[in-house]
Amino acid sequence: MKDWPLYEVFIRSRSGLNHKHVGSLHAADPQMAIEHARDVYTRRMEGVSIWVVESSRLHASDPMENDAFFEPSQDKIYRHPTFYDLPDEVKHM
Amino acid sequence: MSIGIERVEYVLHLADNALILGQRLGEWCGHGPVLEQDIAMTNIALDYIGRARMLYQYAAGICSPESTEDQLAFMRNEWEYRNLLLVERPNGDFAHTVARQFFLEAFQMDYFKALQHSGDATLSAIAEKSIKETAYHFKWASEWVIRLGDGTEISHHRMQEAVDALWPFTGELFCEAPCESWMRKSFDCPDPAAMRSGWSARLQSVFAAAGLEIPTGNWMQEGGKTGRHTEHMGYILAEMQYMQRAYPGMEW
Amino acid sequence: MDTENMQKAMPTLSFEERIEKDEKIEARDWMPEEYRRTLIRQISQHAHSEIVGMLPEGNWVTRAPSLKRKAILLAKIQDEAGHGLYLYAACETLGVSRDDLLRELHSGKAKYSSIFNYPALTWADMGAIGWLVDGAAIMNQIPLCRTSYGPYVRAMVRICKEESFHQRQGYEIMLTLSRGTEVQRNMAQDALNRWWWPSLMMFGPGDSDSVHSLQNLRWKIKRFSNDELRQRFVDMTVPQADLLGLKIPDPRLCWNPERNHYDFGPIDWDEFWNVVKGNGPCNRERLSDRVAAYENGAWVRDAAIAHAQKQRSKQVPAAS
Repeated sequence: MKDWPLYEVFIRSRSGLNHKHVGSLHAADPQMAIEHARDVYTRRMEGVSIWVVESSRLHASDPMENDAFFEPSQDKIYRHPTFYDLPDEVKHM
Repeated sequence: MSIGIERVEYVLHLADNALILGQRLGEWCGHGPVLEQDIAMTNIALDYIGRARMLYQYAAGICSPESTEDQLAFMRNEWEYRNLLLVERPNGDFAHTVARQFFLEAFQMDYFKALQHSGDATLSAIAEKSIKETAYHFKWASEWVIRLGDGTEISHHRMQEAVDALWPFTGELFCEAPCESWMRKSFDCPDPAAMRSGWSARLQSVFAAAGLEIPTGNWMQEGGKTGRHTEHMGYILAEMQYMQRAYPGMEW
Repeated sequence: MDTENMQKAMPTLSFEERIEKDEKIEARDWMPEEYRRTLIRQISQHAHSEIVGMLPEGNWVTRAPSLKRKAILLAKIQDEAGHGLYLYAACETLGVSRDDLLRELHSGKAKYSSIFNYPALTWADMGAIGWLVDGAAIMNQIPLCRTSYGPYVRAMVRICKEESFHQRQGYEIMLTLSRGTEVQRNMAQDALNRWWWPSLMMFGPGDSDSVHSLQNLRWKIKRFSNDELRQRFVDMTVPQADLLGLKIPDPRLCWNPERNHYDFGPIDWDEFWNVVKGNGPCNRERLSDRVAAYENGAWVRDAAIAHAQKQRSKQVPAAS
């Protein structure tokens, strides 16, 4: 028989925060994966909400394409607030 | 004689249930069917050991100033333990462990809800905590009853076999021991017999989903609540009490 | 993606340069085959050690001398299961399945930390294991939080955070025993006598005899050599033993003011290699316990998969 599939686990550590990837585990079905995540990844009160997704269903960018993907954003420094020189008199902008 | 004796016995009944089942679940540690379930079962065991501690501490407080949780847990004789026969049943295969858990949790679902409204403030607080734990344990157990009952031919057979084997030990859940009836009259603690309809309803719905048959036998084993145990109890105690008996009176 | 595009899209930095710059390597990044193999070997050995390591302590769960100790021990062993799980998962990012790794463990092909082939004979062993074995493990593990492979780093960070109580609970057991009755002190001394040398062996063979050391340091899979870590462990542990009033079983152990380190006697590497080869006191039991757990659980795992498949096929609407 087949092995239990791998799931990726995302935990919201407290309300107001994003779910964050914390690791993975095996489970026979999504409900079991959520319960395993509860037992494995929230033993020390690390979470208030759990997402799981079968690892094989996750789509990711290709690291081979990193240059094409991410470098073009590097020269657009005008997107950052520090790019703009304002007189000191203008506070908090 | 102080009026506390029935209360102590009642608290010990709840405490012994929690300890002996926690002890049994602890035997799985490192031997589970899959790593994730090792962790899940340990979580349940830890809930039970934690509950046992709260109850023994409470009982020790009523007993005498010198009495401690560990004395009550480790230094009594076999016939002084008040746990259900069900919880001392051996782990067997995973299906037996699941069935044992399921039968008990299905009972405790309503029991702790009722105990929460008792006139004993400590028990009521412990019950409140136990309700949440029980809800999760019941979910775990019923999902596994369904998985194993429905899964493969082998698992179905093993699950049914476990249910049949443990069935004679379910009757005791609903028998009211003298201390229970005293606590019901004095502190409005639950009547175990009143839990039967909720328990049966849970069994019916879970077993239907699992494709399992509810056994029909009605000859039941009982005695744990009054201190008459099965042969397994002696071995449990031999192991569990070993350190305290071999080195009495020491700090660990 | 065709090869021509691949060529163009090759990362600007070479693998070695990225390592040099302390960049983390992630699962889908290009890596030398040998790097991948080394990681799989090291991480899976570590994972196996965690789950085999549950067994000697697991033996004492049912005999723990107090309810508090029983709960702590259970929680600690549960953490070890969790750590095994994190590490298997880190390994799986490298393209091997947990079941493949378990098969290698069960066939005796994969190794795990030899320390767990020694028996846990008394309650004091729960103290000594926490204090010495977890202490040595932490010493090994903390530098691994800065290892070069991202998923391994994240697993190790989580593990180190969780393990911080493991050594402390062990030392506390030893402390309680050393302040207890004579029989308890003897029990503690006996445990130290038995666990001391195997703990020193946990750091692996001396640097001159370690086959993988150099390349692993270069790739930043390891960050310190075996002997460096072993020395650090001895320096840290001796004063702790003094505080317990226990005697470390090494007549040559003494402070060397010139080196600013403790000198210690020679390690019996014959014993080490024999235990590694399978001749330790408990090798066979440990392995057969693991195999039994796996085999006895097969029908449970199969049932869960079968049930999940049935559920899925019920949910899928009939094809039109």
